[in-house]
Amino acid sequence: MNNLRKVNSTEIYSAVYNMFLESCVYPDENLESMLETARDKETIPHAKEILSQLLQNIKIASASNIPLCQDTGMAVVFADIGQDVHIEGEYIEECINRAVRDAYRDGSFRMSVLTPIERKNTLTNTPAIIHVRIVKGKNIKISVAPKGFGSENMSRLKMLMPSDGIEGIKSFIIETVIKACGNPCPPISLGVGIGGTFELAAINAKRALLRPLGKFSEDQKIAQLEIELLDRINSLDIGPMGLGGSTTALAVNIIEHPTHIAGLPVAVNVQCHCVRHKEATI
Amino acid sequence: MIHRLKMPLTDEQIRSIKIKDTVLLSGRLYTARDAAHKKLIALLDSKQELPFDIKGQGIYYTGPCPPKDGMPIGSCGPTTSGRMDAYTPRLLDIGLKVMIGKGTRSKDVIESMRKNSAVYLAATGGAGALIANCVINSRIIAFEELLSEAITEIEVVNMPLICTIDSDGNSLYK
Repeated sequence: MNNLRKVNSTEIYSAVYNMFLESCVYPDENLESMLETARDKETIPHAKEILSQLLQNIKIASASNIPLCQDTGMAVVFADIGQDVHIEGEYIEECINRAVRDAYRDGSFRMSVLTPIERKNTLTNTPAIIHVRIVKGKNIKISVAPKGFGSENMSRLKMLMPSDGIEGIKSFIIETVIKACGNPCPPISLGVGIGGTFELAAINAKRALLRPLGKFSEDQKIAQLEIELLDRINSLDIGPMGLGGSTTALAVNIIEHPTHIAGLPVAVNVQCHCVRHKEATI
Repeated sequence: MIHRLKMPLTDEQIRSIKIKDTVLLSGRLYTARDAAHKKLIALLDSKQELPFDIKGQGIYYTGPCPPKDGMPIGSCGPTTSGRMDAYTPRLLDIGLKVMIGKGTRSKDVIESMRKNSAVYLAATGGAGALIANCVINSRIIAFEELLSEAITEIEVVNMPLICTIDSDGNSLYK
């Protein structure tokens, strides 16, 4: 017991609260420079114009401290909790949900969460979608990602056959982008989970979107696949908002996980241009 | 081509807008998305009056954030228009002329736009803060219980739009 580090739940509350307030207003820190590069490369006038508007939008949102997009999303939280940590105070899920409720209220964010069948709004933007993992060590790493549904709705999962192989994986990812076309607000980012089980592929796809923009996988083989897919996607001429151009995607982030001899699950989580995520270690 | 236009538009103005044209739109629009459309169609089904006279008007598909610090509206970028496709031809048949959203529309909607001489303009998805800057007035006029999905009457100035489907049925979507 002496090796346990005590962390009060108020620290978790503050981290989650502040990260949601910030992430809905300030996007991934590399987004602006990537959009600038893309705008300068585009030759189609309306593709240039749309990218310019997205750049202006980032400036206006931070200057007025208002959300980048009205879809401030469903609140997704990943918590990696060191096994030598003891959390004192409030139960962690209640603590996270309270932080989400308060951040969405104080930030004047949209309350977008409702019961799925009756469509009754919970008025708090909760429950948050919380993924807890117990990891080694004495720290708690919390990542938050408000997820808009214009892009979430374009996401797909397929249980491929082992015989489909790497070409089947690539085709499924490309097909997902073509089907989505302008709907998820391109330039998009893709989180891809390959392998595992039905649910792990989807969670890994979401987790892959936490990676900072512009960073490829540390696994060389996966990084090569990401680069190849990104090139192919940007040759599809879908372009900003689906109106043509060479900027269809900014990132393809893949997480690979061992799977069963009989299966090959692939999940593709589509993210709009507005990549929003924050990370804190307690 | 760049059009600077004020709502409501004449049929002649609507027919002059072609795909790829930029439209800087000013004047009055109504916001409505999924739940509001469902209610509008239910009113039509039960032969009741709509909460606003839709003839000649424009609908903007958005569900804004709450306003902050004396602003008329919060961030208010467009939502995916395709989700409104099932309801749209009914509204075009009774006089809806301008639709603003993002993403492509169904064949039925495009056919109805041709028949009724209506235009579809795309706003930049995700540019919620930029578009909020174009809104100078906003008031809820119906279905307040729907919160962000309530119908609001907004007044916009130079809202930047691109015509992606024109009244001849030409589409810019891939």
